[in-house]
Amino acid sequence: MIIAWTFDAILAIIVLAVAGWTIAARDTFAAVIGFVAYGLLLALVWVRLAAPDVALTEAAIGGGMTGVLLLVAVARLRAAQAAAAAETPGAALRLVAGGGCAVIAAALAASVLLLSDPAPTLAPAAAANLPQTGLGNPITGVLLAYRALDTLLEKVVLLLALLGVWSLAPDRLWGGLPGLKRHARGDDPLVFLARLLPPVGIVIGVYLLWVGADDPGGAFQGGAILAAMWILALMAGLIDAPPVSRRWLRLVLVAGPVVFFAIGLAGFPLAGAFLAYPEAYAKPLIIIIEVVLTLSIAAILGLLVAGPPERAPPPP
Amino acid sequence: MSLALDIFTVLAVSAGAFFFLAGTVGLLRFPDALTRLHALTKADNLGLGLVVLGLLPLADGALGALKLIVVWLFVLLAGATVSQLLARVAQRVGPSR
Amino acid sequence: MAEFLLAAAGFVLLTVALGLARILVGPATVDRMMAAQLLGTGGIAVLLLLAAATGLSAAVDVALTLAVVAAFASAAFVKGAPGPDDPATDKA
Repeated sequence: MIIAWTFDAILAIIVLAVAGWTIAARDTFAAVIGFVAYGLLLALVWVRLAAPDVALTEAAIGGGMTGVLLLVAVARLRAAQAAAAAETPGAALRLVAGGGCAVIAAALAASVLLLSDPAPTLAPAAAANLPQTGLGNPITGVLLAYRALDTLLEKVVLLLALLGVWSLAPDRLWGGLPGLKRHARGDDPLVFLARLLPPVGIVIGVYLLWVGADDPGGAFQGGAILAAMWILALMAGLIDAPPVSRRWLRLVLVAGPVVFFAIGLAGFPLAGAFLAYPEAYAKPLIIIIEVVLTLSIAAILGLLVAGPPERAPPPP
Repeated sequence: MSLALDIFTVLAVSAGAFFFLAGTVGLLRFPDALTRLHALTKADNLGLGLVVLGLLPLADGALGALKLIVVWLFVLLAGATVSQLLARVAQRVGPSR
Repeated sequence: MAEFLLAAAGFVLLTVALGLARILVGPATVDRMMAAQLLGTGGIAVLLLLAAATGLSAAVDVALTLAVVAAFASAAFVKGAPGPDDPATDKA
């Protein structure tokens, strides 16, 4: 018991120290590295809190996707360094922001520490009804059965974010190829890594999707890993991003939410409510939704990182 | 039999932890980015290998043990390539930066 | 056995913390880029020990994901590092 307590204390101190260093870092690139380190450490924290699904998402998204997104942003901002320096907020604004954050942190701490014991929870009801969905993982049950509407709307939000990123392109480049062209040099170790990692990464991504039905995992984590592998190949110059006006690409992007929505609508005649599953077909339907959703998530996340179109679209 | 396996686990995990410590000492004491990179990737990977070796008797089933070994092999491959990448950057940017 | 494994995990975590402190302070950019590699290898060791100590076998899956993400993050750092960019590789 004392060893577990010491371990948790060490982990908490490290996380706080890395977070503090990230905020205090002078150089933006160093701060992004600190942020990625913070994300990876948080995955450890989630495992200690017995939440492996969240740990998987934190590692894949916080460590991988958000990190590389911030790096791309830092690279773009480097060109506008002088203008950015002129917009640094003054001391008064920083004090107000710090005060606001402290108030929110205190409110969160109070609401967690002052919870009645036992805390109000729906977990027993969720676990009791899980066998009807055919799933073994209660998280997946919540995401795709009990609160499927939230998951559907989240995917629509992802699509809207992608549209927002695309809208940053100048009019003449609309529908073009995202990012600059990269040439792969033969002896570059990055090219070797981009040849070595994606096959294994794809297998792991598909594994995470498949195992999510009964064990920690799921569509979002699998999709994030697949997106990371695609971005790696893009970074190394092994493949080029497709023009965003291509029909097949847009089909892949919307397939996930559309299939989800269609199955939801089919719930009206078959089971009596939107996104209700007929009892015998619950698990196959959920698996279909998850597979298509993983592909869409991978494509959306990959294109979010690839950025707005910067080259004119080739003639069709 | 299980006592021997337990002793094996304790010894292997302790050796692995020792190599992690050696890697960190190298990180702290080596003079130059390239040597620090060497300490990090080689010593830590060996430490991880010994830890995996020690955890093999405790894995659940052959599949669990296989998963542990796959994790270690993958870290080995990825670590070797990444250290080449970082060494390139260190060489390109120069020791003073 | 479980206490020993947890103690070993704590020890490895401490070595990772020490290494991290040295790396993040390190004046050169290439020093800081090693953070992903350090946390990758060390974090995986901690997770595997935790999985065996607490019986949470999903932690091995988290370790697998961490391996992929750490390698990917290191590649992203190298690609996005400040400094003279290779003129032959990027062009519009």
